[in-house]
Amino acid sequence: MSPLERFQDAFLNAEVLARYAPAILDGVWVTLELSLLIVVLGTLLGTALACLRALEIRALSLAIIVFADIFRALPPLVLILIAYFGLPGAGVFLSAWTVLLVILGLVLAAFAEEIVWAAITSVERGQWWAARSTGLGFGQTLAHVVLPQALRLAIPPLTNRAIAITKMTALGTVIGVPDILNQATTAQSFSGNASPLLLAALAYMAIFLPLVVFSRWLESRLTWVRA
Amino acid sequence: METIAEQFFNLEIMAAAWPMVLDGLWMTLALCVVVVPLGLIGGLFAALGVLSERRWLRLPTIAFVDLFRALPPLVLLIFVFAGLPFAGLDLSPFAAVVIAFFLNNAAYYGEIFRAGLISVGRGQHEAARSTGLSARQSLVYVVLPQATRNVLPDLVSNTVEVVKLTSLASVVSLSEMLHMADMARSVTYNASPIVLAAGVYLVILWPLVRLAGRFERRVAA
Repeated sequence: MSPLERFQDAFLNAEVLARYAPAILDGVWVTLELSLLIVVLGTLLGTALACLRALEIRALSLAIIVFADIFRALPPLVLILIAYFGLPGAGVFLSAWTVLLVILGLVLAAFAEEIVWAAITSVERGQWWAARSTGLGFGQTLAHVVLPQALRLAIPPLTNRAIAITKMTALGTVIGVPDILNQATTAQSFSGNASPLLLAALAYMAIFLPLVVFSRWLESRLTWVRA
Repeated sequence: METIAEQFFNLEIMAAAWPMVLDGLWMTLALCVVVVPLGLIGGLFAALGVLSERRWLRLPTIAFVDLFRALPPLVLLIFVFAGLPFAGLDLSPFAAVVIAFFLNNAAYYGEIFRAGLISVGRGQHEAARSTGLSARQSLVYVVLPQATRNVLPDLVSNTVEVVKLTSLASVVSLSEMLHMADMARSVTYNASPIVLAAGVYLVILWPLVRLAGRFERRVAA
């Protein structure tokens, strides 16, 4: 075999690709489902925490800051391993899938809280006063006046962060979640061939490249507000 | 409550695991010392490529940046470590980690430097050129220092991400801190060694997280 043929055989082996494509497709659904749930859980929880922080109750704000700092400072894989291997010993039994969803959801929530909070504080104080003086309550001011302006600022960084964290669903492989990467590494070790890994890389590209391009476009559309 | 303390904060087990975790810490720091500067240099060149007026340079660099921002770092690492041997490239875990993270980090640092370079007005470059500085001199002495200062918060927070990323090296059995802690965990059937490692990560990274936040507020003000 010439070097080129050997390369083709190792990375573009049609027979291996055909045999393992269905398994990798199964992995695609797992990755997509988890990604979607993580984004929903993370952004909703993060925004809710940022709103709670706007109440300016000292103990509550402090607790939120400590949570956000810890989940932003620790590597997600460390948190995943602690939860997956530690919780059963403490009498809590969660599946690998649930652990991945909860931990990555909390990590995204921590970042989302900081991003939304920064956006809330960047809305001028006068907006609060003006809204309150028209008779709106605290919650109404937040929901109808401040958040709409803040979220516009928050969306570009939030999108970038959400992409970075949904990419981490690949870490589920380490604890046995049957996502794209897991299916591919299993197929690679069964077949003794690297083609499934290339297929997995292509699957990730198909999911995330449009999102990366979208985030670039979003950034150029929405950042004029800051200038 | 006691089982939680027993399972996550067992001081006896932590004390026994400490030498292993400490060993791993040195490897983690060694990785950072290699991976952070390489990523910064790669990112700077990526940014210059993305902003280049030469099409043949700009388009491939944009493709490079988007490609490696779209691939999860762990996928990249496993592809380099387990895939490239099939192409006749046998790499040590350390080399595989350095290569995979270089590609990923250069793309991310590149986006930050790009934003920084754009934030410096065109006039700065023109003024520098008119004083007789060459294009390279005006980039190095005039534009780059201002660009770097403008995106310092993002550079710091991305460096936090890079340090966190080194924990993925445990997957290819590089003996960095998380790998050593996880080995101790599997011997003791107890999560305390990983909690100990988490404590060390916090000691290193919490100040950086706070620092990035402080910078951000100052730049915004």
